[in-house]
Amino acid sequence: MAQIAAEDIGKRTKQEQRRQLWTAVKQNRECYLMIAPFMLFFIIFTVIPVVMSLPMGFTDFNMVQAPKFVGISNYTTLFLSDKIFIRSIRVTLVFALLTGPVSYMLCFLLAWLINELPPKLKTVFTLIFYAPSMANVYTVWQLIFSGDINGYLNSFLIDWGIINSPIQWLTDGRYVLGVTIVVQLWISLGAGFLALRAGFQNIDRSLYEAAAIEGIRTKWQELIYIVIPSMGPQMMFAAVMQIVSSFTAGSVAQALVGFPSTDYKAHTIMTHAYDYGWVRFEMGYASAICMILFIAMFLCNKFISKALGKYLD
Amino acid sequence: MAEVNIDRLRASDKQAGRRHGGTIAIFAVLLIVGIFMLLPIYLTVIMSIKPVEELFVFPPKLYAVRPTLDNFRDMFRDLNSNRVPFSRYVFNSIFVTVTVTALQCIFCSMAAFVLAKCKFPGSKLINGIIVVALLYQSNVIYIMQYIVMAKLGLIDSPLALILPSIASPMGLFLMRQSISQIPDSIIEAAKVDGAGLFRICWQIVIPNQKPALMTLIIFAFQAAWNIQSGSLVFKEEYKTLPTVVNQAAASGIAKAGVAMAAAVFMLIPPIVIFMLAQRQVIETMAHSGIKE
Repeated sequence: MAQIAAEDIGKRTKQEQRRQLWTAVKQNRECYLMIAPFMLFFIIFTVIPVVMSLPMGFTDFNMVQAPKFVGISNYTTLFLSDKIFIRSIRVTLVFALLTGPVSYMLCFLLAWLINELPPKLKTVFTLIFYAPSMANVYTVWQLIFSGDINGYLNSFLIDWGIINSPIQWLTDGRYVLGVTIVVQLWISLGAGFLALRAGFQNIDRSLYEAAAIEGIRTKWQELIYIVIPSMGPQMMFAAVMQIVSSFTAGSVAQALVGFPSTDYKAHTIMTHAYDYGWVRFEMGYASAICMILFIAMFLCNKFISKALGKYLD
Repeated sequence: MAEVNIDRLRASDKQAGRRHGGTIAIFAVLLIVGIFMLLPIYLTVIMSIKPVEELFVFPPKLYAVRPTLDNFRDMFRDLNSNRVPFSRYVFNSIFVTVTVTALQCIFCSMAAFVLAKCKFPGSKLINGIIVVALLYQSNVIYIMQYIVMAKLGLIDSPLALILPSIASPMGLFLMRQSISQIPDSIIEAAKVDGAGLFRICWQIVIPNQKPALMTLIIFAFQAAWNIQSGSLVFKEEYKTLPTVVNQAAASGIAKAGVAMAAAVFMLIPPIVIFMLAQRQVIETMAHSGIKE
């Protein structure tokens, strides 16, 4: 008897829940209407393609024949017998750990410093730092790092007597990764940097005045007690952008030091995925590579939101 | 900004000297980093005005001895040799860029406001999906997107260049993060006054989000301006400017000058938009935002 009653209650609450949900949906009609235009395009051009691409990692797909299900064999091959993939993990990690935090701090620091300047200079410096992201010119870097004496860097170094013979910046295994990192840092003051700039502009100025009265004296204190706490959302945005750009880097290396790079020294996971996807047309395998990269970025994002959340709330 | 400085100086005379010293130090740091950032772009501009014989002399010079516009002339000659007049590509690019930028800003702002400030069934899920969409990069997506567009019959129509770029998860994320800083009390107050969500969004929230909105305009414009026709559009009369400019420039190092000219030429509109938008961002400072 008692059991039946319990079941009854369970049913009733479920029905009630459903009814409550429906009323909540109806109450928020306006919300749904307002996200509808975005969601329509988002679902058609992002969600559907993403969902369609998810199972590809478990298939053998050469873009001509229909995908063939092969279980987890792509993943086992990747970790057990693909030596270049293992190497690319190392390159990606070195790359992400070097460029990610450095460029994130640069974004924040430079955006903060610019904020102290008079308005005219603000625009000029913001433009200077953001310009590389707009230009995306690798050809000029190729000429700067060119291996013959005509390269700007070589000719400069020879002129000053630092080196005697030109250095093969773009093909010597010792320099390839370093050169790529320099250029990656050059273009890395992108979306995150501009978002932080906008965030700084939006800080309520009365906060600074209040802080001065409360006894905050140095710029450093201002940064810790006012700026960072009111910049949380922008800092989170910049972090996500930074994760994406440092983990998925690959096009810079490809354009600069060639593909494949000497000894695979600048061969990132994304380059590996490009190799299998667009050179060998093994899309299934390439999808598996991208999936692993996605999981790595997702975990990194979780970790950073936790870490940032602790300081911001 | 000038008034602010005066205020601050008055607030504490002792700090005044330190602040001036600080400003100079800041300026020095920015200048050094700025030179590193600017040098490659400066070289690009210089090389675009160097005559061919100067491109490969030793030692390479940091300026053009006899500056010339030959590279630009060559680029435009190449562009004009197509079946379709050059102005058609310019029109296509402007049309695509303006449409994408406008729709992206409107749709992203509206959705961002709702997702940041309203709790409704599904809002948490959508917020999560947006971040996942930002992180998920796969080279299969483009194939799937192509399949979807082919099914919708969009291939070889100008819409194929516009529609996929409208719903940008990055734009939404940017706006949502910024709008989340607006105090809830203001929205509640507006609701009590009888304003609907749509009006609250466009009359109260978005006008106060100028910095974020202007930043979104910069991103959207820049991305849209660089949309290439690729494998989506084959009709010559629908192709965009970057597609043909890249064709003209992609002839290896021998035509480095033309490539540089193309890069400089394509860079001008985004820089103009950037300057206009950034000025708006900075003016925001003068009139403080919403206060609680």
